[in-house]
Amino acid sequence: MSVKSDEVAADKVSGDDHDPTSLRSRLDPGQGRRGWLLIAPTMALLTAVIVYPVLRAIYQSFQRDATLDPQSGMFVAGGFAGVENYTHWILQRCGDVACPTGNNAAEFYTVVYITVMFTVITVILETILGLWFAMIMNKKIRGRGLLRAAILIPWAIPTAVTAKLFFFIFAYDGIANNVMRANILWTGEQWPARWAIIVADVWKTTPFMALLILAGLQLISAEVYEAAKVDGASAWQRFTHITLPLVRPALMVAVLFRTLDVLRMFDLPYILTQGSNGTTTLSILVVRELRGAPNSAAALSTITFLFIFFIAFIFIKFLGASVTDDDPAQRKGK
Amino acid sequence: MPLKSKAFVATSAVSALILAACGGDDSGGGNPAADENIDSRGPITYVQGKDNSGTIAPIVKKWNADHPDEKVTVKEQTDEADQQHDDLVRNLEAENADYDVVSVDLIWTAEFAAKGWLQPLEGDLAIDTEPLLETTVASGEYNGKQYAAPWLTDGGMLYYRSDLVDTPPETWDEMMEMCSIAEDNDMGCFAGQFSKYEGLTVNVAEAINGAGGAIVDEDGVTATVDSPEAAAGLSQLVEAFENGNIPKEAITYTEEEGRIAFQDGELLFLRNWPYVYSLALTEGSSKVKDKFDVAPLPGTDGVGASSLGGHNLAISAYSDNKATAIDFIKFMESEESQRFFVTKGSAAPSFAALYDDPQLAKDFPYLPVLKESLENAVPRPITPFYPDVTLAIQENAYAALKGDVSVEDALTDMQAAIATATSGG
Amino acid sequence: MAAPTAAPPVAPTSQAPRAQRPRSRTAATVRMYLGVAVIVLWGLIPFYWMLVTSLRDVEFTFSNEFWPTHITMDNFETVFSTARGNHFGQALVNSFIIGAATTTIALLVGIFAAYALANLKFRGKFVVMGFILGASMFPGVALVTPLFSLFTDIGWIGQYQALIIPNISFVLPLTVYILTAFFREMPWELEEAARIDGATPAQAFRLIILPLAAPGLFTTAILAFIASWNEFLIASQLSDDSTQPVTVAIANFAGSQPHQEPYTAVMAAGTVVTIPLIILVLLFQRRIVSGLTAGGVKG
Repeated sequence: MSVKSDEVAADKVSGDDHDPTSLRSRLDPGQGRRGWLLIAPTMALLTAVIVYPVLRAIYQSFQRDATLDPQSGMFVAGGFAGVENYTHWILQRCGDVACPTGNNAAEFYTVVYITVMFTVITVILETILGLWFAMIMNKKIRGRGLLRAAILIPWAIPTAVTAKLFFFIFAYDGIANNVMRANILWTGEQWPARWAIIVADVWKTTPFMALLILAGLQLISAEVYEAAKVDGASAWQRFTHITLPLVRPALMVAVLFRTLDVLRMFDLPYILTQGSNGTTTLSILVVRELRGAPNSAAALSTITFLFIFFIAFIFIKFLGASVTDDDPAQRKGK
Repeated sequence: MPLKSKAFVATSAVSALILAACGGDDSGGGNPAADENIDSRGPITYVQGKDNSGTIAPIVKKWNADHPDEKVTVKEQTDEADQQHDDLVRNLEAENADYDVVSVDLIWTAEFAAKGWLQPLEGDLAIDTEPLLETTVASGEYNGKQYAAPWLTDGGMLYYRSDLVDTPPETWDEMMEMCSIAEDNDMGCFAGQFSKYEGLTVNVAEAINGAGGAIVDEDGVTATVDSPEAAAGLSQLVEAFENGNIPKEAITYTEEEGRIAFQDGELLFLRNWPYVYSLALTEGSSKVKDKFDVAPLPGTDGVGASSLGGHNLAISAYSDNKATAIDFIKFMESEESQRFFVTKGSAAPSFAALYDDPQLAKDFPYLPVLKESLENAVPRPITPFYPDVTLAIQENAYAALKGDVSVEDALTDMQAAIATATSGG
Repeated sequence: MAAPTAAPPVAPTSQAPRAQRPRSRTAATVRMYLGVAVIVLWGLIPFYWMLVTSLRDVEFTFSNEFWPTHITMDNFETVFSTARGNHFGQALVNSFIIGAATTTIALLVGIFAAYALANLKFRGKFVVMGFILGASMFPGVALVTPLFSLFTDIGWIGQYQALIIPNISFVLPLTVYILTAFFREMPWELEEAARIDGATPAQAFRLIILPLAAPGLFTTAILAFIASWNEFLIASQLSDDSTQPVTVAIANFAGSQPHQEPYTAVMAAGTVVTIPLIILVLLFQRRIVSGLTAGGVKG
């Protein structure tokens, strides 16, 4: 026993002996170059499609938007703006004054709060439900093929259609109020509107989580559970001590990407509530600004990007180092 | 004159000449592309939003039959105004020569003209504005020039239950007095479009303009909405929400929700566009088929100021065949084509004489009412900063209607926000 | 295979009397079927409403009758009719082409990348993974205009490439991360053993690791395909009439009047669009659950 723990301790320090990377380096030295070659297509694609627009947006964010020449009535280029576009959002300044209600920047911090609020609530709900659904989909019951297909239906419907469907369902005279015999102004009041969006989003994306977690569950063999049952562990104990730790890699990826997606959520609130009643997300704010002031919108996009980066950073640091590095302690089955 | 002052005058004169040469541009005002291709002819592309009524294809076919060397290809965008706007912006910004004639919503005209994307319709490209409704012609003007030609228009009308109301109200106060009828019949009294979208701007503009206020000044840049008249207009709506004359669910209404409420017999009065007429008359689910009629919108002292809707036609400054383009526009504005749009598509023409045509009035009984509405129509703020201005209006008006802020505060904020928007953010 | 590092505790309930076990087993079964019922209802109730609406006569669009009434197939006819210049059938084909190409290429590229990230040692791995993740952090709405300019300059607007390439880039981060997570959990010693026995790295990888990673591969494929299927923003700007996918085609539906919302047609289109995906999943669903054969992966 103590020998094993020494080994494990050694692993944690050197990251070597149980690590296939080190085995490999003993077998063939050129792997660094091969590694980069294998990564190259991915990097190329991402650079072309994402890096170019991001750089362009950053460049634009330092330019002033076009201003109106009072003489000719025509727009003329705005010239260099310095950090004006950024202070516009972060300090909520419009020229020399604080931005008034009705100007997009006046809502900036509220919108940040709303976006984070949606993220926290939907991701938690989707994770819990996703875990539950995945466990059930994993079982050998008759008709599980149909079950798995049924579960995917919400995810398969295009977002715009889902949004229109729920807009329809949550209309004042719609079926939701009808069935509940209620008179809730779903899209007309703050928390009903927020819950309408949360319900629609959770409905639509729980299958995504469930599917990913189900894939992760495949990495756990039945024998482990059998052994635990023989030892007398209860269902809950099996869940917390076997399932959760072993499904962690897949779970972390699912939660991380889901978080990134919700932070950029656009379609659903835009179509369901047009962002009214405290349901405006950062992406909706970007689109609104884009129509009148594209350079200022570019600054907001960059700010959003940095904000999301920051959140992802915290997430990875505190919740799941296994997502990005080789953590030998997570290696199983050796 | 002493030597020093001569020098001064000379220097000033030279400086003025230099500034005039470098600073301001010629009459095109910013886009040299506007001077090109004015006489060219050839095939063109016409861009508009989704053709709901199936009228464009036959019309274009007719043109193509008569002009085999100047064929028109139609490019249809989506049905959403915002997406149409963004699509035009992207293509015009990219100086796409494939967009020749574009259908522009009235609220985009000033913005696109100020960006130099629209061809001024003057000289060889001028249109004959005489047979067209004056208000629609004005809607295509920016900074004293005609940038877009009227095509089809739209005005708000008051739909009312003719079985419950004998004579339609002529002022807002009259209408509010009739709300007791609604109460007796367990209905909502009045609804318009109050959800937070462009329809809200339309309704709020109608309330403000109908009370004698104005949102922006004629220069399109100075906000004038913080005025007693505007306050009176907006208060009408706010008070009606407060005392329930406008049912609370109307805060979620776009055009369709209001139409359905009216068709279900839940509203006494409805402000909506002409499209409701034929649907309320013929839809299977409509409960008010033979029980409704239309009237001009009630204002504070008489006929209200309906917001002008509809689309105009403009020529892209980057078009290669502008002579063909203007001829196509004239074709779309001709009496024959306009008649076709009315009969086939239930559209509201910009060709004035059609409103007095007795045959059309028989088939489309709302046309005379619509004409009165259009003659008193006031466009929404004509400003190149319209996207931000409409947001400023929506944000503050919505808060006032929900009772979150007082009318005075809402208008003060709206004024400040519009001022910020028109000064460039 | 060593035991998993997380060993279950020896619970005091290990001495539970025999009589308790059947009861707890039925309780578990009941719980499970309850769960199944919830899942099925969950997925289906709003979909049911979508179906009912799509079968409803357009004149009764807003009726709240729960059971199907005013039934008609008109809406489905409207969806596929080409009278107004819509080509929904073509749009379905386009969505398939774009989805299939996106999925195949993204999987290939992703497998290469994940192999390297899970296995090979090279400097800058952390930065690379951060970069890949970072690609999922920029608001999609802000990418539309630059991409439009880019593809206009290249002259690819309205062609399949302009739709496929951005889609690949959108699904790549998720693909790479899932596959990397999976490959890390694979028994690489088996692969080592095969290589020592003379197999090339590619063979060892293909014949040993990939089959074990099948659940991860198929799940990724399904998710990538559906993500591509769902994409709207970029497609709406970069496609033209002949290459537009279903999401754009649906947005192009219009009521017969301006301001009129074609709800029934949109719901019908939504139904039509969902069915191929369900069939796809039914075909592949057994692959997303491994048979836990071949000695399993853990334990």
